[in-house]
Amino acid sequence: MDFEDTAEEAAFRTEVKTFLAANAEPKKRGAPPSRSRNVGPEELARAKKFQAAKAGAGLVGLTWLKAWGGREAPPIFQVIYNQEEEAYAIPRGVFEIGLGMCIPTMMAYATQDQLKRHVGPALRGEEVWCQLFSEPSGGSDVAAVRTRAERDGDTWTINGQKIWTSGAQFSDFGIMVTRSDPTVPKHMGLTFFFLDMKSPGIEIRPIKQASGASHFNEVFFTDVKIPDSQRLGAVGQGWRVSLTTLMNERLAIGDTPRPDVEDLLDLCRQIDLDGEPAMQNVAVREKIADMQVRSQGLKYTRFRTMTALSRGQTPGPESSIGKLVNAAKLQDIASFGMDLLGSAGVVMDKKLAPMNALFQEALLGAPASRIAGGTDEILRNIIAERVLGLPGDIRVDKEIPFNRLPTGKR
Amino acid sequence: MNFDFSEEQHQLRDQARRFLTEHSTSKRIRQVLDGVAPYDRAMWQEIAAMGWLGAAVPEEYGGAGLGHIGLCVLAEELGRSLAPVPFSSSVYLATEALLIAGSEAQKEELLPQLVAGDLIGTLAWAEGNGNPNPQRIKARVSGGRLSGVKWPVPDGGVADFVLVLARDDSDRVVLALARMGAAGVHPETLETVDPTREQAKLSFENVPVEVLPGDGWAALNQVLDRAAVLTAFEQVGLAQMCLDTAVAFAMERHAFGRPIGSFQAIKHKLADVYVATELARSNAYYGAWAMTANGGELPLAAASARVSATDAAWLAAKENIQTHGGIGFTWEMDCHLYYRRAKLLGLTLGSNPWWKDRVVAALESRNAA
Repeated sequence: MDFEDTAEEAAFRTEVKTFLAANAEPKKRGAPPSRSRNVGPEELARAKKFQAAKAGAGLVGLTWLKAWGGREAPPIFQVIYNQEEEAYAIPRGVFEIGLGMCIPTMMAYATQDQLKRHVGPALRGEEVWCQLFSEPSGGSDVAAVRTRAERDGDTWTINGQKIWTSGAQFSDFGIMVTRSDPTVPKHMGLTFFFLDMKSPGIEIRPIKQASGASHFNEVFFTDVKIPDSQRLGAVGQGWRVSLTTLMNERLAIGDTPRPDVEDLLDLCRQIDLDGEPAMQNVAVREKIADMQVRSQGLKYTRFRTMTALSRGQTPGPESSIGKLVNAAKLQDIASFGMDLLGSAGVVMDKKLAPMNALFQEALLGAPASRIAGGTDEILRNIIAERVLGLPGDIRVDKEIPFNRLPTGKR
Repeated sequence: MNFDFSEEQHQLRDQARRFLTEHSTSKRIRQVLDGVAPYDRAMWQEIAAMGWLGAAVPEEYGGAGLGHIGLCVLAEELGRSLAPVPFSSSVYLATEALLIAGSEAQKEELLPQLVAGDLIGTLAWAEGNGNPNPQRIKARVSGGRLSGVKWPVPDGGVADFVLVLARDDSDRVVLALARMGAAGVHPETLETVDPTREQAKLSFENVPVEVLPGDGWAALNQVLDRAAVLTAFEQVGLAQMCLDTAVAFAMERHAFGRPIGSFQAIKHKLADVYVATELARSNAYYGAWAMTANGGELPLAAASARVSATDAAWLAAKENIQTHGGIGFTWEMDCHLYYRRAKLLGLTLGSNPWWKDRVVAALESRNAA
């Protein structure tokens, strides 16, 4: 048992370190997590510049075929890259969806000519992609898509609304799943496309979140035209294509949301609890231990996943617990950190709130991490069904045509 | 990255799983539960014959020299199977204490007999309620004679010798080796929540002892850290077994016209047990690594492994009964055997609030360094 890289992995790690040292700024201690920032025009330009350099160094699409600019490396190389990148202040989240989900879906279903047109610019960060799945009427129920696609010869006309689309405002292309036939049961009437996000009839509006920030958009489609040549997969087979996209979700490795236990320790060292140093309080110590054990348990679960990848095996089901544990832990630590400040815990003024109001900001943002990318409840279903082998939910919508399903008022 | 057991260690696990599935049956565990015998002597002898007792003992003392990782593999299987033998007392406590603090002569005399299963050893730190604390040690060694009362002592009624935490004439905490056959030793088996693992009250009146060299309190802390990791593997094995049992029952049992495992109330409960068990497993792996590769990280790794595994085993054992419903609360179902053992394992080296404090103390000293 050890944490050592193989010779090949070590050589790659050195290559990554050298590239990052020359092309990126190390993260400052106490800096907010890069993911929580809004991406403005400056940030986008910086992200594109960095992506071009990264592609030039051969560090994008590590597992892809060499023909498409990849390296045909095992998945552990992607993990090593992500680990090293953690230490740098790199604008994240602009290309992850495109390269992690959209382009792999294109690779499975698009024509060679389409791939020649699109893979290179995506890889080099010249074009950004977004993913249009969620809709107001279907959150966890991803297949409950209502956005209509109607065919007339070689052209499809799209009407409807997508929601929670990250990066739609600066995306050049998107992939989307639509309802082409509402008269058959839910999963059977879907068709999948890629489209130009600058097409006439697309309107993008930012969503103001409960935290006050805006990381996502609503996207409205009014008579948007898509040529049939941009259909991915057969008509009515859109669900199968969607599963390809969802299976390509980036390996959930490396991201620990903040504040984590180290931040809680930092806070506790700075403050008194009614005259007693917080670190001497029994309740505080017990909470720190609980958080440490969860955080460390996840860290070593990641190492177990990496071990499987390093040995050329498929990671075991243990890799599925990360998001569920991290999201609850984040909300818990944020709330507890504020409790330690007494009534001053409510203050978000960065001149007064300890650690630049890290705990207060995290508290307001935390509900999102328990919902986005699979709610706590869906993740527990997935663990119960796919890991433990328990029966699936009883589905009342399986045999019924989609347009005859009951709908609620919300 | 190589953070998993090796091929040989996986083979050892398979061998252990086969043996214990065949031998550590409900029927044999219940012989001990019902008080027919204080432990399963036949199983003990076979375990000794397979060399498990000396897995982590160097070959010069008769051991197999497999290292502590091999012992972790065995511990997980022993926990999973509820094996009713004094393995943890004799191996994690007595053998480890001798390896850490014994004189050369003591090691040469006792370790080969412990490895062979001819002697059972244990360690006595507690004197009634409370967690390990040097202030609470009242037992005294004076002129080579020990007097005092220790309880609960795991396997105190079946052990051949016991390493007793006591104070010497200059008030230092020492480890004193007492033979159970000596005049003045009075063992009394205690009624406990888990009769499949014996616990005793030992009274010593002027019993001749050998004092181990060095600081007894420091030695105890090292023993507790190693025992915490090994016990964590037992707890992980137990938690996994409870989860497997609950899942199997939830698939079979029908209510309201469907398997109860199709209800989200059950699915989500069992998913939570899975998450707790995997976190505990990963923390235990970290403990195993620290125990063999990096002693400096052992205090943090051991305390984390302990806290995580105690939480997981308790959650898994209680929710296993809950998943079973009424039948799970009957004597003839084995659910209560796991429930009893889970609580025992969570207390026997000191309870979780105390180990949580050790997690934070280790973080503080790491940050100070």
